Amino acid sequence: MNEGFFIENIWLIPGIPLFSFFIVGFLIRPFSRKAAGIAASSAIFISALIVYSVAWDYYQIFSQTGAYPVVIPWTVEWLHYQEDLSVYVGVLLDPTSLLLMIVVTTVSALVHLYSIGYMHGDDGYGRYFTYLNLFTFSMLGLVAAPNIMQMFVCWELVGVSSFLLIGFYYQKPSAVAASKKAFVVTRFADLGFLLGILILGYYGFLIFGEFDGVALSGIADQSRLQPFDFQFLNHPQVLAKFSEQGELFGGISLLTLAMVLIFAGAAGKSAMFPLHIWLPDAMEGPTPVSALIHAATMVVAGVYLVARLFPAFAASGTALLVVAYVGAFTCLFAALIGCTQDDIKRVLAFSTLSQLGYMMLALGVSTMASPLGYTASLFHLFTHAFFKALLFLCAGSVIHAVHSNEIWDMGGLARKMPVTHLTFLIATVAIAGLPPFSGFFSKDEILAAALGNQHPVIFLVGMLVAGMTAFYMFRIYFVTFWGHARSQGAEKAHESPPVMLVPLLILAVLAVVAGFVPMGSLISIGQASEHHGINWAIAIPAVLVALVGIGAAWLLYAGKPERVSALVRLWGNLYILVKHKFYVDELYLFLTHKVIFRFISRPIAWFDRHVVDGGVNLSGWSTRKFGAVLSLLQTGQVQSYGSWYVLSAAFFGLLLWMMFSGS
Amino acid sequence: MMEFLSGISPGIEHWLILSALLFSIGIYGVLVRKNAVGVLLSAELMLNAGILNFVIFNYFITPLIVDGELMALFLIAVAAAEAVVGMAIFVAIYKHKKTVDVTRLDTLKG
Repeated sequence: MNEGFFIENIWLIPGIPLFSFFIVGFLIRPFSRKAAGIAASSAIFISALIVYSVAWDYYQIFSQTGAYPVVIPWTVEWLHYQEDLSVYVGVLLDPTSLLLMIVVTTVSALVHLYSIGYMHGDDGYGRYFTYLNLFTFSMLGLVAAPNIMQMFVCWELVGVSSFLLIGFYYQKPSAVAASKKAFVVTRFADLGFLLGILILGYYGFLIFGEFDGVALSGIADQSRLQPFDFQFLNHPQVLAKFSEQGELFGGISLLTLAMVLIFAGAAGKSAMFPLHIWLPDAMEGPTPVSALIHAATMVVAGVYLVARLFPAFAASGTALLVVAYVGAFTCLFAALIGCTQDDIKRVLAFSTLSQLGYMMLALGVSTMASPLGYTASLFHLFTHAFFKALLFLCAGSVIHAVHSNEIWDMGGLARKMPVTHLTFLIATVAIAGLPPFSGFFSKDEILAAALGNQHPVIFLVGMLVAGMTAFYMFRIYFVTFWGHARSQGAEKAHESPPVMLVPLLILAVLAVVAGFVPMGSLISIGQASEHHGINWAIAIPAVLVALVGIGAAWLLYAGKPERVSALVRLWGNLYILVKHKFYVDELYLFLTHKVIFRFISRPIAWFDRHVVDGGVNLSGWSTRKFGAVLSLLQTGQVQSYGSWYVLSAAFFGLLLWMMFSGS
Repeated sequence: MMEFLSGISPGIEHWLILSALLFSIGIYGVLVRKNAVGVLLSAELMLNAGILNFVIFNYFITPLIVDGELMALFLIAVAAAEAVVGMAIFVAIYKHKKTVDVTRLDTLKG
């Protein structure tokens, strides 16, 4: 196979950010702030260019055949456990991972560029870029993982980078609390992921032995295949063996249990209900971080994981249904909350949750036989990454100018910040799903998939949320950019520097054109992809619903605040309930503080303090007391020592004498 | 009287009993004397009991060679040296503490 240079050296893609992480972190950061930003950004740009080149080569090579196989151009053995059980690190190349690599490197490069302006003059400038490089490396390692072990390691690495960046302003107690919350919640979810991996790995290893010498169809190089490889776990013959393992308790099959546990990890990272609580708080980090990590890349890792293991999820239908309904519920739930929040970044965070719900439900409704939802989900991931990163970066630009996160402190910014206004409007229209912007195409495909696979409830939820998305996005658009300035900061606001505007413009272009990528012919799974145009029977109602949402937002928020207060009074308690995010945080606090802390942690702490520590103290105390008693013998009277000596010498002499005279 | 005594030639047991008595008196002195000089004197008694044993065994067991007697002479010299060192220590202690009462020299008390 005539591969390009970059496919042969594909390790460069995650390798360059890693190298740059060390160089910037250890060598450049202590000496020059400016150089740190430039070096870190150029490393990501180089990586992005390599990804584009690899994508070009890959499609050049395989476009003649029409099928896009999984290739693993580069692997290195990492852990060798025994004869036929090793873990490799490598780079897996297929359309899905390529898509994610393109998204990650593009958004990351633009966010790096933007951050040079946004973080200008910040104390932790070098530290910030170091962390950002670490994150980019981890995320690329995650999407390129050919086996579930590498994915898990990188999964935790992105968790750490996210933790470090949320807590970037570590002098602020709220940022510290938010970073801890994010870490604990996602780590708790990762426990499920790890258990799932263990189940899959154990039975995978048993099944792996059965395939010794038996050819698995469609895998090019079976000699390097390992039980943890996605190629192995996703293989139909392997999955058939899995389903022969029989049922566990309560009619749950082994595969379902494993996949639901893995989905728990995915739900933690992608902030699905009820593990969504960390994402809104994660907005304490710098805004470009929110754009990169908590909108475009890291939070879609969960979606990517489900997509990566999609054949296994599909083999266990129940697990896929769980994915679909959790996704649909989160989608609706977060959109509801998003309508009532006043912090611009929090609205965007809830909107991210809602859109992630879309991606999850799209995966959940598809099957191996009709995989439109799979394509739609990744399509939405692709478009969402651009318009949501753009929204966050615009929000960052606005916050940079107004010095406040509250939308009610803003207003009238359209004239003062024309570029930000224009790009924000493009992103808002894109997320609202109006043609011809990118969100329209991907959302249409998701809705078509939901209806096409007989999930009318999920379809209706999707339709409703499409309207709500348009409503809450245009709500913050009108409040922020229309009307008159409501605070000192908003009056004095001025446009951001060019280094921040260039990424906005590039992302705006991407948010417009990303929908025209022929995703259906590029990414598919299972059956050959059905060629799918715009389904106008679904698209027209969806656009109408979105227009209704925009109209409602215009009626309420474009200038007449008394209408809002009248509506708030009308809804009363319901509004308060939604505004407080359905009191989920309070419920968690109650559960942890009042139930877990009081009934589990306190007794354990008591046991630790009194029994465990008591045992340790007891041994110390008894040794000391014994020593004190012995020290009474230490009189300092040399003659009493002599007496002891003589007496015992006599005693042992007698003893010896008796022993030897007896025999 | 003299005839009576000269008629009995003391055997090894008698000499050993004498040596043991000397040793025991020495131990007693070491353990109960309060004056450090008295303790040193008693220790000398114990040493002399040992020296006596060398002579006794040499006389009764190997009368033809004089190794034991030589060792006894050597030990007497050693004891003299030891007594000098001991007395020097006592002088130093006395300068420091104004006493050589061993019951009051208890700085090693635990």
